[in-house]
Amino acid sequence: MTTTQIVNFEAVAKSFGAVRALVDVDMQVVAGECLGLVGHNGAGKSTLMNVLAGTLSADTGVIGIHGQNLTRHYNVAVAHDHGIRCVFQELSLCPNLTVAENARIFHASLKGFGWKKRAGKMIIDKLDEIFPQHGIQADDVVGDLTIGRRQMVEISRAFTVSDEPLHLVILDEPTSSLDVVAARQLLSFVRKVVSEGQSCILISHMLAEILDYSDRILVMKDGEVVEEKLAQEYDRDSLVAAMGNVVESEAIEAHEENIKIRGKTPLVVKAVPRTQTGGIEFCAHKGEIVGLAGLASNGQKRMLLQVFSAADRHLNDTRVEGPVALVAGDRQTDGIFHLWSIGQNVGVRSLKNMVKGWLIGRDQEDAMASKWQAKIKIKTPDMNNNILSLSGGNQQKALFARALGSDAEIVLMDDPMRGVDVGTKLEVYDQIRKEAEEGRTFLWYTTEMDELFNCDHVYVFRNGQIVSELSRSELTEEKILQSSFKESA
Amino acid sequence: MSSMTASLKNLREKPWIWSYLGMLVVWLATISFTGGKGGGDVITAALSFATFTVIVGIGQMFVITTGPGNVDLSIPANIALSGAVAMKVMGGENEMLLVGFAASMGCGLAVGIFNYSLIRVLRIPPIIATLSASFLILSTAIAYGRGLKIKPPLLLSDFTTLQIAGIPVLALFIIVVATVMSVVLNRTLYGRSVLAIGQNMRAAWLAGINVERIRFATYVLSALMAALCGFLLAGFSGGASLNMGEEYLLASIAVVVIGGTSVAGGKANVPGIWGAALFMFMLVTMLNTFGASAGIRLIMTGLIIVAVITIAGGDKPER
Repeated sequence: MTTTQIVNFEAVAKSFGAVRALVDVDMQVVAGECLGLVGHNGAGKSTLMNVLAGTLSADTGVIGIHGQNLTRHYNVAVAHDHGIRCVFQELSLCPNLTVAENARIFHASLKGFGWKKRAGKMIIDKLDEIFPQHGIQADDVVGDLTIGRRQMVEISRAFTVSDEPLHLVILDEPTSSLDVVAARQLLSFVRKVVSEGQSCILISHMLAEILDYSDRILVMKDGEVVEEKLAQEYDRDSLVAAMGNVVESEAIEAHEENIKIRGKTPLVVKAVPRTQTGGIEFCAHKGEIVGLAGLASNGQKRMLLQVFSAADRHLNDTRVEGPVALVAGDRQTDGIFHLWSIGQNVGVRSLKNMVKGWLIGRDQEDAMASKWQAKIKIKTPDMNNNILSLSGGNQQKALFARALGSDAEIVLMDDPMRGVDVGTKLEVYDQIRKEAEEGRTFLWYTTEMDELFNCDHVYVFRNGQIVSELSRSELTEEKILQSSFKESA
Repeated sequence: MSSMTASLKNLREKPWIWSYLGMLVVWLATISFTGGKGGGDVITAALSFATFTVIVGIGQMFVITTGPGNVDLSIPANIALSGAVAMKVMGGENEMLLVGFAASMGCGLAVGIFNYSLIRVLRIPPIIATLSASFLILSTAIAYGRGLKIKPPLLLSDFTTLQIAGIPVLALFIIVVATVMSVVLNRTLYGRSVLAIGQNMRAAWLAGINVERIRFATYVLSALMAALCGFLLAGFSGGASLNMGEEYLLASIAVVVIGGTSVAGGKANVPGIWGAALFMFMLVTMLNTFGASAGIRLIMTGLIIVAVITIAGGDKPER
């Protein structure tokens, strides 16, 4: 294989006010390779990719694409013309348009009579190729799709080709909203594309994905590239060490001894999915961590919302004892108040407890903000900054702080670890464990197999039904996959 | 230089500053034209008339802040009805003042509940719901019509026109109300909830906010403010008339927007409403002083409002 250079960054730097997001970063990408990019939340990965995609301009440094120096007039259109596409962490599809129309936005050449049909065919073909059995129609409105399916469309669209070239696709946390199966489909597709001579940059907090599917790995920390080696020279531990992680990776296993005897504490949630008649009941006892497993969007989120809306009134099919808070996973739609500061976003669920007389106590609000900034390590110089100044993973931490800091006795988690780095994840797992022991109940929908091993009891969902329940001791990956796919007779 | 840009940035975060700047410029232009004569009178008149715009503007601000599509178009009809009802109930008697006030508040409460039920129960978009409500309300006022030729009690008309050293007492009273409302917006659960709902209604619901209760309170609040305006305005202008609320439809929206409240919801401020209401009044006064014809006056009003909003509304799109 010839090694044609596609991207050559030299000493690229970018600052936001006093925050140095990128410090003299060098990065090369050659044709036919998959470059893995890892680092903590706020390490500068997304900023670097925004510079490469042309959505942010670098302050200093040289941007070379295909051997040309394009530093002076680099922007989104130039990047697109040079075959560089980006799948951002914050999805960029237009929610009010259909899947086909969204595909058309990318391809100016699709015009004239019947463009909608051709655009639809183009995107569906690509979806079929990457994610067989995706279940998406070309005329589905994007806003009605679940976040997992939206991500599939976004990814597939980046790989569609009309008359513009395609050399490099940036995948920023592409698997964060996908379930195990779809994630594997995507990653094997990436290997196929790479073997055909195109390139990918893969950003993920799931280190196994990076280790198994990339050729070369770039480790970032505090805006700098701290290490760069071939993927086979790393193992999980050395990669974690390179990122500067303080938490031991064995910490996950340590939880396994926490097996409780179910039913010793009072029942706090009892419900049957609305799309199910009879069958297995969903039950959670005080102090339990209950997992909602299965392939993405098979009724787990609907179950959480059913519990959420039953919290303040009496419903026949759902019983909930105690106040409830939700950690949103789809943070743009369900979580973030984009005009507010980080502190206000953290405090909004707990305002009732901050009221003195008639007024919200400023001191209490600030105290909560700084307490949780320290506790969950939200990376910002000032909690009064706007929430959007945070990286995606840090926004997610703020949403965690909102729920954990509230008076809720039952915390619902809607696949909340999207884009959160390993170190923080482990800390949050510990936090959840500790709070569960103190009597908080957690209902945890997750698409990550590893996370289910933190649960005391797991319900597997398929097509809006609970198809099996597993206690912690019975839990294995095979059993979950088996029930996720089991055909109903 | 850097402190200069810092203070400019600070200004940008206080969008209401622009309406006051605009007001100042217009006032200076007016008195320089007259050679300094009548500068004080302009302020007195502006305070008197802006007061009524501010009252309805505050209610409208809360409604607009609950998010795109939320607006209260029933304000003029509500002013007419509550003014007429209050005049009729009081029948010009000072002793009946409180009863009349209660009656107009009752009208406001009823209108607010009616508006909200159209929006909530029948799921009609607010702009249509409040518009159609306003026809019904106005018809009621016409049918009720008997309040129209009645003079307000002396106490009320005296109070609404009372001045101390050239400053209308009513204006001072409404400045206090505006201050309280500003605290309500920024420091109470209700105000915070309104701001949250305006940014993202779904996220607000999932953050444990009772969205529908807050929206209900907001439409009722707006209607109560309009009723208060109707009551005071009838006193101020010597009786109620059916069209006395007419100009407040657009004015209530304009002062909210010029004052720096976001039409997209979630961002609001009260001081800007006062600045904008004074600015709007002084703008018309200035053009009158210049002897501009009606056509020129309208064109200039339009252009200047566009200019102020362009300068003040320099919101950079997020991401």
